[in-house]
Amino acid sequence: MLRSSLVAAVSLVAALVVFVAGPAGAGSAQSVFPVTITTPDGKVTIAKKPRRIVSLSPTATETLFAIGAGKQVIAVDDQSDYPKNVPKTTLSGFTPNVEAIAGYRPDLVIVSYDSKGLISALDKLKIAVVHHDAAKSFAGAYQQIRQLGIVTGHVPEATRLVRAMKTKIKRIVDASSAKASRLTVYHELTPDFFSATSSTFVGRVYAALGLRNIADAADSSGTGYPQLSAEYIVSSSPDLIVLADSVCCGQKPSTVAARPGWDRVSAVRTGSVLRIHDSIASRWGPRLVDFFRALSAALARL
Amino acid sequence: MTPLWACAAVAFLVLSVVVGVLAGPIDLGARDVLESAAARLHLPGFTSPLSPTEEAILWEIRVPRVVLAALVGGMLSLAGATYQGVFRNPLADPYLLGVAAGAGLGATIAIAYLPDGLRGQRALPVAAFIGGAIAVMLTYAVGRSARRERDAATLVLAGVTVAAFFTAWQTFVQQQNSETLQQVYSWILGNIPSTGWSDVLLILPYVAVAAVVIIALRRVVDVLNLGDDEAASLGVNVRRVRLALVVAATLGTAAAVAVTGLIGFVGIIVPHAIRLLTGASYRALIPLSVIAGAGFLVLADVIARTALSPAEIPLGVVTAFLGAPFFALVLRSTRTSAA
Repeated sequence: MLRSSLVAAVSLVAALVVFVAGPAGAGSAQSVFPVTITTPDGKVTIAKKPRRIVSLSPTATETLFAIGAGKQVIAVDDQSDYPKNVPKTTLSGFTPNVEAIAGYRPDLVIVSYDSKGLISALDKLKIAVVHHDAAKSFAGAYQQIRQLGIVTGHVPEATRLVRAMKTKIKRIVDASSAKASRLTVYHELTPDFFSATSSTFVGRVYAALGLRNIADAADSSGTGYPQLSAEYIVSSSPDLIVLADSVCCGQKPSTVAARPGWDRVSAVRTGSVLRIHDSIASRWGPRLVDFFRALSAALARL
Repeated sequence: MTPLWACAAVAFLVLSVVVGVLAGPIDLGARDVLESAAARLHLPGFTSPLSPTEEAILWEIRVPRVVLAALVGGMLSLAGATYQGVFRNPLADPYLLGVAAGAGLGATIAIAYLPDGLRGQRALPVAAFIGGAIAVMLTYAVGRSARRERDAATLVLAGVTVAAFFTAWQTFVQQQNSETLQQVYSWILGNIPSTGWSDVLLILPYVAVAAVVIIALRRVVDVLNLGDDEAASLGVNVRRVRLALVVAATLGTAAAVAVTGLIGFVGIIVPHAIRLLTGASYRALIPLSVIAGAGFLVLADVIARTALSPAEIPLGVVTAFLGAPFFALVLRSTRTSAA
C-alpha cells in the first residue's frame, strides 16, 4: 500500500515536471529528457527520446499507438495484434530471445513479463527496459499509460487519453449501474469454467458497473481465478454471461446453449450471452473503454 | 474368498455411485433425488419434487458425470492391471506405452491449428484419441523390431522413447502457439468434464470392447505373467495374445484420456491395492479392478467437485492426495499381516 502510493506519488511528480517543463521547452517534449519513472522493479531512466522501441507487451503496444508514440515503435511481439498496422514480428513475450530482441537495436524495450532473466540480460546490454506487469486495478492501468507517455515523450497525449478513458467509463457506469446492480454475471475464461472474481482486473469492470459476480462465492483460495462447477453456474442462473474464450476455444452463444442443462440459465434464455474478444478481456489498455461499452450495450438489451 | 471380495467391490461401487449422485455443490436433498429417480423410472405414484433447473442439474450434469467417472476409473484400472500382467512390471500404468503423450500431442495440435468452428467440444477428443493410438502403434513398431526374447521389456523401453519424442513435439507446438497454453494445460490437468451424456456415449463403445476382450483373456494374463517361454510351452501364442490385450487396453485408455485428460495414479494404485488386499491372481484381479477403479474415481470426483464447492479441484490432485496415503496404509497393514 505504502509502496504503491509512493510509486503513484513519484510518478505524479514526474508527470508534473514533464507537464510543466514540456510547454516551456523548445516546442517539443524532447527537451525534457532524461526522464525517470519508478516501476515496481525500481527506477528506470531514459536518457533521450526513444526512437527504436520494441514492445513485447500487447497492452503496451495498444497504449503506445494510442498516445501517438506508434512512429517510434519498430517491432512488437507476436501477440500484439492491435491496432492493425503494428510492426508485428516473431518476437515472443513468453519465450523471449535476448539476441533476437537486441538485433533490432532498440533503445527501449517494454515487457509485461520478465521471462527467464530477460530484464537483467537487457540491462547488461545497456538497453532500457520498462516492465509493466498486468495491472490489478484501473489506477494501475492509468498509471502505466501515464508512464509510457513519460518515457516516450508523449505526456500530454497520455494525460488526455487517461482523462478521456475516465470520463467515458464514468458516463457508462452512471448510465448502467442502476440496472446492473440487480443483475448477476458469469465471466468465462475457459470452456471448463475457469472464471474471474471481482478482485481481478477484469472482475473490477463488472464490480464498477455494480454487477454481482457469481465467481466471488467460489474463491476460497483467493487466487481470483477459481474453476466453477457446472452445477453451480446453472443453479446460479446468471443474468449475463461474458465469454472471454470465444477466440481461444471457439465458444459462442450457440455452444453455450447446447451445454447440458444450460438452456435453463437466465442469460441463455434472454439471449444475454456476450462474446468479448479474448484480447480485450485480457488486456488493461485503452480498449478498456470498449469492454465497458460492450457490457453497457448488453445491459441495455436486458 | 473371491466371491466375498467381489461382493465387497460391488458394494463399494454402488455406495460410491449413490454418494456421487447425492453429493454436489448444489444440495438437492437425498429424498427429492430419490423421488425424482423413481419418477424417471415411471414407478407408480411418484412425481419429481425437483424444479426443472434442479432436474437438469441432476440428470444432465451430475448423473452423466458420475457415470463418466465410473467408466474412466474402471477403464484406467483395467488397463493398469492388464499392463502390469502383460509386461510383468509392477510399475506399469495405463500411460506406459506413450498413449498419454500421443493424446497430449493430438489435443495440442487440435487446439493450436484447427479452425475455430471445429475446435469446439467434438474435435478435441477425436484428435487426442488419434494421437494416442498413433503413439502406441509407433511404440509397437519400434518394440517389435528388437530381439524376440526380450519382447516385453523392449516394448516398455520403446514406449518411453516414443513418449519422450511426442512430449517434446507437443511442447514445441505449444511454444509456437503460446496463446493455447492455458487450454492445453487445463486439458492435461485431468478432470471429469460436465459435458452431459455425449462424452459417456463417445467412450462407452471403446471401454465396453476393451473390458470384454480383456476379461475374456484374463486367465491368459496369469499365464503370460509366468514369462514368455513358460507361456509358450503351455501352448499360448504369446505375441498374438499380448497384442490383443495391449490393443484393447490401449484403445480404451486412449478413449478415456481423450475426454478427461491425464488422471494419474488410478491405474497403478487400484490393481495393487486389490492384489495386496485379496492376494488374487489376474483371473480375479482384473474384474475386481474394473469395479473398484470405477468406485474409486467416482468418489475422487465427488471430492473434486464438493471440497471447495462451488469451485473445483483438479481430479489428478485428489486421486494422488487420497490414493497415496490409502496405498501406504494398505502396504503397511498387509506387510504386518504377512509377517
